[in-house]
Amino acid sequence: MTIAEGGFRQPLNRVVAPLLMIGVFVGAWEIYARNSSIGDTVLPPFSRVAQAGWADRQSLVANTLPTLREVLVGFVISVIFAFLISILLDVSPRANRAVMPLLIGSQTIPLVVLAPLFVIWFGFGFFPKILLVTLVTFFPIVVGLIDGYASSERDSVTLLRTMGAGTLTVFGLVRLPSAMPGFFTGLRIGITYAVVAAIFAEYAGAVNGLGVYIQGASGSFRTDLVLAGVLVAATLTLVLYALTVLVQRLAIPWYTQSREVSQ
Amino acid sequence: MTKIPAISLRRLSKSFGDLDVLGVMDLDVGRGEFVSILGPSGCGKSTLLSILSGIEEATTGEITIHGAPLNQSGQPFAWMPQNDALLPWRTVVDNVGLGYQVAGRLSKRAARDQARLLLPAFGLEEFSRALPYQLSGGMRQRVALARTIAQGRDMLLLDEPFGALDAITRTELQLWLEQIWGVDRPTVILITHDVREAVLLSDRIYVFSDRPAQIVAEFEVPLDRPRTIEMLAGAQATQLELDLLRALHVGSGDTP
Repeated sequence: MTIAEGGFRQPLNRVVAPLLMIGVFVGAWEIYARNSSIGDTVLPPFSRVAQAGWADRQSLVANTLPTLREVLVGFVISVIFAFLISILLDVSPRANRAVMPLLIGSQTIPLVVLAPLFVIWFGFGFFPKILLVTLVTFFPIVVGLIDGYASSERDSVTLLRTMGAGTLTVFGLVRLPSAMPGFFTGLRIGITYAVVAAIFAEYAGAVNGLGVYIQGASGSFRTDLVLAGVLVAATLTLVLYALTVLVQRLAIPWYTQSREVSQ
Repeated sequence: MTKIPAISLRRLSKSFGDLDVLGVMDLDVGRGEFVSILGPSGCGKSTLLSILSGIEEATTGEITIHGAPLNQSGQPFAWMPQNDALLPWRTVVDNVGLGYQVAGRLSKRAARDQARLLLPAFGLEEFSRALPYQLSGGMRQRVALARTIAQGRDMLLLDEPFGALDAITRTELQLWLEQIWGVDRPTVILITHDVREAVLLSDRIYVFSDRPAQIVAEFEVPLDRPRTIEMLAGAQATQLELDLLRALHVGSGDTP
C-alpha cells in the first residue's frame, strides 16, 4: 500500500477529492461561458445561475418541497413494494417465471409516454407523481433483493436445515440478511432515478414542483433559472444518495467494513 | 459385542443418477466412540455425512440410531460443514448462539446468554463481539465447532474441520479437540484425509476407497487417552500410520 492510497481512505480526502472535481467542472463552465461568444440565454456562466437562483430562492424552495415529498413517499412505497414482490418471487419459482417478464416490460415503457398518460388517468395531483417514482425505482431494488437472496451461502442454508429450521427461519436468519448488500445497491440505483422521475411527472402536468419551475423558466427563456432548477435537482439527488450510503453503513457494518479490509 | 451401536449402517449405498458415490457398505459406531473415516479427496466421504444429517437420502440400505430407524429418531446429529459457514453479519457469540437459537428453539437473547457460557472453553471469550471477517482461520473453526456443540445433540458429524488450516494451527486445534471431546465424550464421526489426524483423535478408523467409496480396511487405534503429540512418535502409532497409508494406496487403485 502506498502512502497516496492510504491517504485517500481518510475521511477528509473522501470529501475533498469529489469537491475538487466539482470545482474544476464549475470553473471550466464559468470560464467557457464568459469567454466564448455564446449568449447568456444559451449558456449563462455559473455565477449568473447562482445569482439568479439565490434571488429567486423563495420560489425555488417552494417548488423543491413538493418534489422532495413525491420522491420520499414514492420511494418508501417502492421499497415496501419491492420487498413484497421479491419475497413472493423468492418463495415461488412459478411466480418468478410468471411475473418477471411483466416487471421487465414495465421498465421498457418510456417515461415520456407514461407521464402524460398518468395525467390523463389520474389528474394533476400528488398520486400520479408518486406512482411514477415508484414505478421507476422499484425495479433495481427488486433485482438487488432477488440477486441478494440467491447469494446466500449454500452451506449456511443446509446447516440451518440440519438444525431443524423451517423455510421461514432460513429466510429470516440467512436469506434476508444475505440480500442486504444487494438491496442497498438497488436502493442507490433507485434513488438516483427518483428525482428525475418526479420532475418528469411534474413536467407532464402539475400545480407545483421543480418540474413546473423548470418548465416555467424555460418558457420565459430564463436559461439561468432553468439551470438553477437543474442544480437544485442534482444536489437533491446527491444528498439522497449520500443518505442511502449512510444508512447502509449503519445497517450492514459487517459488509461495509469487511470490504474495506479486503481492499 | 452385544451392545446396540449408536449408529448402524446396513447395506447403505448412494448414487446420483448414473454416478455411484457410495458403494454398498456396513458401518457401526458405538456410543461415545470417536470414529474417523479416512479416504482420498472426492471419494464420497462427505456424502455419507449428508445422508446421516438428512440433507441427502440414501439410495439403498438402512440406518438405525440406538436401534431405531433414523427417520424416527428426530435429529440426533449436529453437523459441522467443511466450510465453516459462519454468518458474516453475526458476532462470534451470536454465531455460536445460532445452535441454541435454531436447534434449541431459544430466543436470540437467551441463545446469546447460553453461548456466552460456552465461549471460555473454546478460547473465544475475548472475541465474543468480533465479526467473522476479523478472525483467523483457526479461530473461525473454533467458532464453528462451538456452534456445533451448542446444538446440544449427542452425536457430532465433523466434515474435515481442519482441512483448510496450516499445519501448526491444525495440530494445535487437533489437541484442543481431543481435550474438548474428553469432557463429555460425545459420539463423533470425523471425515478426514489426514492420516495423523485420524490416528491422534480416533478410537477406530475406517479407510474408504476411491469413488464409489467402499470400506477397504478398519483399524482400532491402540493408544491411551488423553492423547498427546508424543504418542504419534511411538512404535504403535507409526506402525498404524504405515498401515493406513498402505490401505489408502490400495483403495485408490494405484499399485506401488
